[in-house]
Amino acid sequence: MRKVGVIGAGMTLFRRRLQETGKEMCFEATKMALDSAGLTRADVDTVVCGTAPDAFDGVAMKGEYLLDGCGGYRKPYTRVFTGGGTGVFSTIAGWWHVASGLADVALVVNEEKMSSCQPHPQSVFAHIWDPILDRPLKPNLVWIFAMEMNRYMTVYGVKKEDIARVAVKNKRNAVGHPCAQLADPNITVDDVLNSEVMAWPVQRLDISPPSDGASAVVLASEDFIRKRRIKDRAWISGVGWCIDSTMWTDRDLVFPEYVARAAKMAYKMAKIDEPRRQIDFAEPYDPFDYKELHHLEGLLLADKGEAPVLTREGVTERDGKMPVCPSGGLLGVGNPIAATMGMKIGELFWQLTGQAGKRQIPREVHTGVSQAWGDLMQYGSVVVMRA
Amino acid sequence: MTARISRWPGIELTAADLHEGKVTQTRFRPDAKYAWSAGEAMSRFLEELQNGRLIARTCRKCARVLFPPRMFCEECFRPTDAWTYIRDTGTIETFSISYLDTDARRIPEPILVGVVSLDGASPKMGMMHYFGGMTKDEIRIGMRVKAVWKPKEERRGSVLDILGFRPLGEGES
Repeated sequence: MRKVGVIGAGMTLFRRRLQETGKEMCFEATKMALDSAGLTRADVDTVVCGTAPDAFDGVAMKGEYLLDGCGGYRKPYTRVFTGGGTGVFSTIAGWWHVASGLADVALVVNEEKMSSCQPHPQSVFAHIWDPILDRPLKPNLVWIFAMEMNRYMTVYGVKKEDIARVAVKNKRNAVGHPCAQLADPNITVDDVLNSEVMAWPVQRLDISPPSDGASAVVLASEDFIRKRRIKDRAWISGVGWCIDSTMWTDRDLVFPEYVARAAKMAYKMAKIDEPRRQIDFAEPYDPFDYKELHHLEGLLLADKGEAPVLTREGVTERDGKMPVCPSGGLLGVGNPIAATMGMKIGELFWQLTGQAGKRQIPREVHTGVSQAWGDLMQYGSVVVMRA
Repeated sequence: MTARISRWPGIELTAADLHEGKVTQTRFRPDAKYAWSAGEAMSRFLEELQNGRLIARTCRKCARVLFPPRMFCEECFRPTDAWTYIRDTGTIETFSISYLDTDARRIPEPILVGVVSLDGASPKMGMMHYFGGMTKDEIRIGMRVKAVWKPKEERRGSVLDILGFRPLGEGES
């Protein structure tokens, strides 16, 4: 397998509603990523587009619909979708094109325009449930999180205020992010605990908002990077992904086994046997505050039930021993599902190349891990990157 | 390059822009209708619900009692072997107190919903359903519960043939 580096990244603002169409958003993010890498569309061998259900945009064959904005026409072009896991998985799909030797340069473009679906994209989320077993009960997507969060809290005796600290940290971290939708420099734990109860134990400020947005990254082979003398690059040193059974009522929701398996796959490739010592910072998927904790444990960066303690002790702050979601995450920057690649892969690139500006971790970082999660509490995708 | 980029693309539209009709938009309401096949395992499951019973499938190889029932074992990757009834009592594995309906609209009286693992099935195997006969302050993980069935003549072969799960009484099975 060839060595693959990330050499450029771009993203649009994340907002509840943007005027731009999905195609226009893709163009903006793609152009920014190509410009930052010093490349043009002619340099690109293959394009991977990551985007969630067609029903959000109300346009079927969304991969084809977004094609022109992704710079993909008359090129080998693939759309991938692994639920919320797409935010990290599409980069893995781009990686294998380059690692295999099939392409020297792969462009990865992720898009979501959730505002098209009215009055709220929630009605589309309802379509993910099993039509015979689950849907007659009229489930709401927030139930998934509420049930998982309650199980996690109850088994380990986690207090809600320790979970709320994650929302506070990420919304504060997002203050330094130019694209952030919900940055808040003054938010407190009490604000989260006093916010509206949606589906207990989930309250309004425990949740990341639906957003419009697009993001893009450029991947290239080591040869190409050397030939073009590209200085700003971060190497992809490990990838992993795993999905559990659709029979979600048959497993204990307290631990994301599929994330652990994906992490182990990525760590093995990256030759990481002590993740807590060898990884400097993490961008786990944080659509809800407890998910960051759940995923830190799945990523083997905390013992089971220990992530809330690390958070309370400040270990996961930007200036802590293991900064987590220095980007501001989904909770602070926004949650246009697949486009969260901007905070997961994009942030790793920006941090590892020292370009994160106000969000830069105040010490030298060499290794970062990003992770995304999706489907019926099933899917984990993990990428390890090194400076 | 976040530190070197000054213009971040995207033109924000506010909710007011939308309500005041300042935004050009087109509306479309899809009219798709679906008739799902219940399949072999689920058809029998739904039929048994009308009889007030829960049915599972067994896999001889891994010795699991699989619920919800399925015609193949995803673990052993072979056809399952036999039908077996399980009990309509179980344990609350997790739950939520939901103030949201399917469309994320607020509802004043919360729905108690969660996962119940069922007695007679392999550990942790169960289903999502509603809980009743208890308040939001009484419900807890680990609580023992029993299905409340609709009257026989009202059952239609749906998971809604069970109204929900109520607390299991002392000494009751």
